[in-house]
Amino acid sequence: MPSQIVLRVNGVRVSVPTGVTVAVATAMAEQACRTSVSGEPRGPLCGMGICFECRVIINGKAHCRSCQIVCEPGMDIRTNG
Amino acid sequence: MDKNSATSFDVLVVGAGPAGIAAAARAAEYGLRVGVVDDNVAPGGQIWRGSTHEQSTKAKVWSDRLRASGASTLFGMRVFDQPSPNVLLAEQESGVAELHYGKLILATGARERFLPFPGWTLPNVMGAGGLQALVKSGLPIEGKRVVVAGTGPLLLAVAAYLRKKGAKVRMICEQSSWNRLASFGVGLLRFPGKISQAVVLRKDLSGIPIATNSWVVQADGSLKLESVTISRSGKRERVACDYLACGFHLVPNIELPMLLGCEIRDGNVKVDEFQQTSISNMFCAGEPVGIGGVDAALVEGQIAGLAAGGRTKEARSLFSARRKARRFASALERAFRLRAELKQLPTLDTLVCRCEDVAYARLQQHDSWRAAKLHTRCGMGPCQGRVCGPATEFLLNWNPESVRPPVFPVRVESLASTTAIR
Repeated sequence: MPSQIVLRVNGVRVSVPTGVTVAVATAMAEQACRTSVSGEPRGPLCGMGICFECRVIINGKAHCRSCQIVCEPGMDIRTNG
Repeated sequence: MDKNSATSFDVLVVGAGPAGIAAAARAAEYGLRVGVVDDNVAPGGQIWRGSTHEQSTKAKVWSDRLRASGASTLFGMRVFDQPSPNVLLAEQESGVAELHYGKLILATGARERFLPFPGWTLPNVMGAGGLQALVKSGLPIEGKRVVVAGTGPLLLAVAAYLRKKGAKVRMICEQSSWNRLASFGVGLLRFPGKISQAVVLRKDLSGIPIATNSWVVQADGSLKLESVTISRSGKRERVACDYLACGFHLVPNIELPMLLGCEIRDGNVKVDEFQQTSISNMFCAGEPVGIGGVDAALVEGQIAGLAAGGRTKEARSLFSARRKARRFASALERAFRLRAELKQLPTLDTLVCRCEDVAYARLQQHDSWRAAKLHTRCGMGPCQGRVCGPATEFLLNWNPESVRPPVFPVRVESLASTTAIR
């Protein structure tokens, strides 16, 4: 298994260590995870899949909890959900 | 498992933390067909999360024992409904699994309690366990300045872990008083195992200021956290930091037991001496019967697993161990009870419900959780009140009402399959 994998966060190429979660990749790309209903940037809170603050769009699929999903090569992550 | 599969078990365990692992292993060791289902990708729950080389001896012993027991493990599956008696539905990536059971053991664990304060919605303000979980899943923390705050024994463990990973832990703020903690410390003399843990912890924390009677009153930053203001024994102080790890001890996950109709008493699932709930073929172990930590969870899980398998004599032999673990739990409860001043933390425009962005002022116009839900959408977002519910319980003395399916938000296709089964 390669030690780094490459994916995209909001269209920008990011290289992350193999095995990290999407929440970590999003943080490494210095992006917030989502925008709240009143327009605030939000990031992970609970880290265990309960608060839903870390949700992002992965390969077009909305409402993915980024703290519970491990990165895969070529993933397209969007944080404007 | 394939799309919309069905499997059946003598004993089904929900949750693969310490309680669930112990329950599943003990039941399966007597040859029963046992399944253990969890939404995470690996066993261990929150406390044993992370790579194997970091696991404690206990975690290794129990995960080996689970593997050897022959219990089936179903990971990445989240239970969301019981369409008919003795059947649970669980959503997974590929579809919905129908899990049939004779006996059910609920080991749903706990989550952190969060309390709202100005700025708590800023990115990089996280739970204490929340930041630890993120670092365990790869977040680089080396050289980052972290303030650890809130209440509970978790704060010290998290601070020690973060420091080991290279974080600069600026300060630990514990809301409880030194007196309360000291009496808890004296109480620890009755638990030799806990003392050696405490000694190790003390070494790991040397040099980090631990402030009691202290809590975060505000977090500031433009797009993400830049500093926090703390109240330290009544004096305000500003501390620059990259992360705030802030949690106020734990709340039990009782939503699924409530959905299934288990009787709740004082916020916990009511069980008898064999960990049996008010429903005869359902058992419950660990945090949902009362926050008690890993030792209580392990012994209660074993009792539940043995009792579900009809091994009452073996279960009975563990009763004294459980009494001891529960005494520790009551000491915890006394030491880390929330002080009333924390009710003053949110200002009128502080958001309490983070899913629907409902400010504290709007909630104060209502007199119950139900009324607030109907009029403000508080608790109606994806977390279904799991964050704001315990907060309003503390701030406004509101009680959560009944739970309705699905107990977690699920895909439309999953709901459709429920209707097909009903």
